[in-house]
Amino acid sequence: MSGSTTRMTMIEAIRTAHDLAMERDDKVVVFGEDVGYFGGVFRCTAGLQKKYGSHRCFDAPINESGIVGAAIGMSTYGLKPVVEIQFADYVYPAYDQIVSEAARMRHRSGGQFTCPMVIRMPTGGGIFGGQTHSQSPEALFTHVSGLKVVVPSSPYDAKGLLLSAIDDPDPVIFLEPKRLYNGPFDGHHDRPVTPWKNHPLGEVPDGYETIPLGKAAIRREGSEVTILAYGTMVYVAEAAAKETGIDAEIIDLRTLLPLDIEAITESVKKTGRCVVIHEATRTSGFGAELSATVQEACFYHLEAPVLRVTGWDTPYPHAQEWAYFPGPDRVGRALREVMED
Amino acid sequence: MAPRKQSGSTSRKTTRGSTATKSGLEGGITDFSKDQELDSYREMLLIRRFEEKAGQLYGMGFIGGFCHLYIGQEAVVVGMQMALKPGDEVITGYRDHGHMLATGMEARGVMAELTGRRGGYSKGKGGSMHMFSKEKHFYGGHGIVGAQVSLGTGLAFANRYRENDNVSLTYFGDGAANQGQVYESFNMAALWKLPVVYIIENNRYAMGTSTARASAQADFSLRGKSFGIPGYQVDGMDVRAVHAAGMEAVEHCRSGKGPLILEMLTYRYRGHSMSDPAKYRSKDEVQKMRSERDPIEQVKARILEKKYASEDELKQVDKKIRDIVADSADFAQSDPEPDVSELYTDILL
Ligand SMILES: Cc1ncc(C[n+]2csc(CCOP(=O)(O)OP(=O)(O)O)c2C)c(N)n1
Ligand SMILES: [Mg+2]
Repeated sequence: MSGSTTRMTMIEAIRTAHDLAMERDDKVVVFGEDVGYFGGVFRCTAGLQKKYGSHRCFDAPINESGIVGAAIGMSTYGLKPVVEIQFADYVYPAYDQIVSEAARMRHRSGGQFTCPMVIRMPTGGGIFGGQTHSQSPEALFTHVSGLKVVVPSSPYDAKGLLLSAIDDPDPVIFLEPKRLYNGPFDGHHDRPVTPWKNHPLGEVPDGYETIPLGKAAIRREGSEVTILAYGTMVYVAEAAAKETGIDAEIIDLRTLLPLDIEAITESVKKTGRCVVIHEATRTSGFGAELSATVQEACFYHLEAPVLRVTGWDTPYPHAQEWAYFPGPDRVGRALREVMED
Repeated sequence: MAPRKQSGSTSRKTTRGSTATKSGLEGGITDFSKDQELDSYREMLLIRRFEEKAGQLYGMGFIGGFCHLYIGQEAVVVGMQMALKPGDEVITGYRDHGHMLATGMEARGVMAELTGRRGGYSKGKGGSMHMFSKEKHFYGGHGIVGAQVSLGTGLAFANRYRENDNVSLTYFGDGAANQGQVYESFNMAALWKLPVVYIIENNRYAMGTSTARASAQADFSLRGKSFGIPGYQVDGMDVRAVHAAGMEAVEHCRSGKGPLILEMLTYRYRGHSMSDPAKYRSKDEVQKMRSERDPIEQVKARILEKKYASEDELKQVDKKIRDIVADSADFAQSDPEPDVSELYTDILL
């Protein structure tokens, strides 16, 4: 490794990962709506068609089911398709293909076929997108056995994790928190966001350096309470810890499946308290899984009930976005509450 | 309406210089009466001015998120609406402001929904893409591309079930026409002979992707062929052509002959949404459309030529419309935001 690095946004990091993977392996093909000629609505694939030709990076019609289904076929043959679903909110037409085909191919073919493919999609709120451009559907994928689910929270992670995802022999759902594309948004919507170029995690290794799937990262070491977070909520957690002065240990899960249970239990056994946070709705959310896992593994170490801070159990609203979004105030309140017991 | 052959498979049908023997569906144009000319002028201008104002409010930060303007396509919805009777349903995607104004929904309520206020049609919960009016039989406003096509088919089923003689006008774009559920809907509609007019607003682009790059068959009037659904291309920049085709299409459905497809050849002047600088097409292309085919200018020229109104009288019309739009913008800025407690209404608990 040269050890050199470049400062970049999350969008550039994702683009760079595509570029490296395509350069390295001609089995990698990239497609989706507006992905080829236009370079993606968030520009994550800009320049790839020019560089690799329209047989490797191309536009698809607006038909998510067809896009994902075709990618599954390609992948069983041995190609490595990386498809973009323009917003996670548009993935539902493809859900049947993902659940009934991609996730099950390995099992029902007795291991003869797998689906080495990545389905990328921007996720989460904070952009006034309302109910069809703000959702966080990760639990719909973690509930399906046979998928890997990744949520990067920085340019550094996005690049390394995407490279691993593309190289993985199985289908990976790659959820990109769109509110983080240009900077580490911490929920303070009324303040300017620091651009990635001024953040240490905006500094990305230049070469082909992967980050393994299934490994969490400790974003802040602390002794009083463990916060389990991923995506945008990692920075909301940081803001809440700072503002409450509570010495929280913040774990960025990075991969929801496979889940780094070891990192979680090690931390909770140390702190004895745990707050789980996510933007997605509460009922049957991934937080429920985390909470159950923590109490199973750390019950005798817990000094307080595990608390969850999540989006409300409603569609994502157009007005009152900031009353919906679980910002630092709400996370801070949970931190104080969990410290009272 | 007698059975007719489907429109040509190779070239875009031009409605210029049409003859009186052609039906509306075959590109025929019936001259508008004075009232029709003036009404369509007013309706189209209202949509245009409303959209311009929405664009301004967006630029000023009063409207957040997504906002898709209908500028350039006004003749489609106005011509179709003129062919309807009260009770006919309208359903469309997210480029919906024009459809709502055409069905007679109040400019105030639409604008206030854009700004997310209490007085908006969805109480501020839906935003630009998600508005409804039971009273005006407007069934939304849907953000997910293509989803409304099956819903519109269901509306048509309900009409037939109730034997109410209504027709469902189901609008969608050239991009949406590639969603699988569109064809599931076509099959059901043809199988069950449902009274639905599928109106494909072909404005040549789906976001940054032109029809040529996404559609193996870009003559969308042919898309129902394998189901036996007749389809016709219509000059969607000429409100008279739209109206003539609309009249026949609606009559076809009302008389129990099943679904029909109208492909409206149209154009959007602005970017896909307010955040799209539209770099995927040339300025010349847009300019050419604006200067040669503008739906409002076409009507205006005829009105003046036929002396249905003077320049001054048209200015008066314009002023009235500007007043309506300005009032809606004032309302949309002064009306309060919904109370936080509204987060937990209109949901299941
Ligand atoms: C299921 C789904 N996929 C993708 C999108 C994103 N999207 C919104 S509008 C659009 C283009 C649609 O183009 P078209 O149907 O031609 O309608 P137009 O915008 O031209 O009116 C796309 C891809 C979406 N909203 N829903
Ligand atoms: Mg279009």
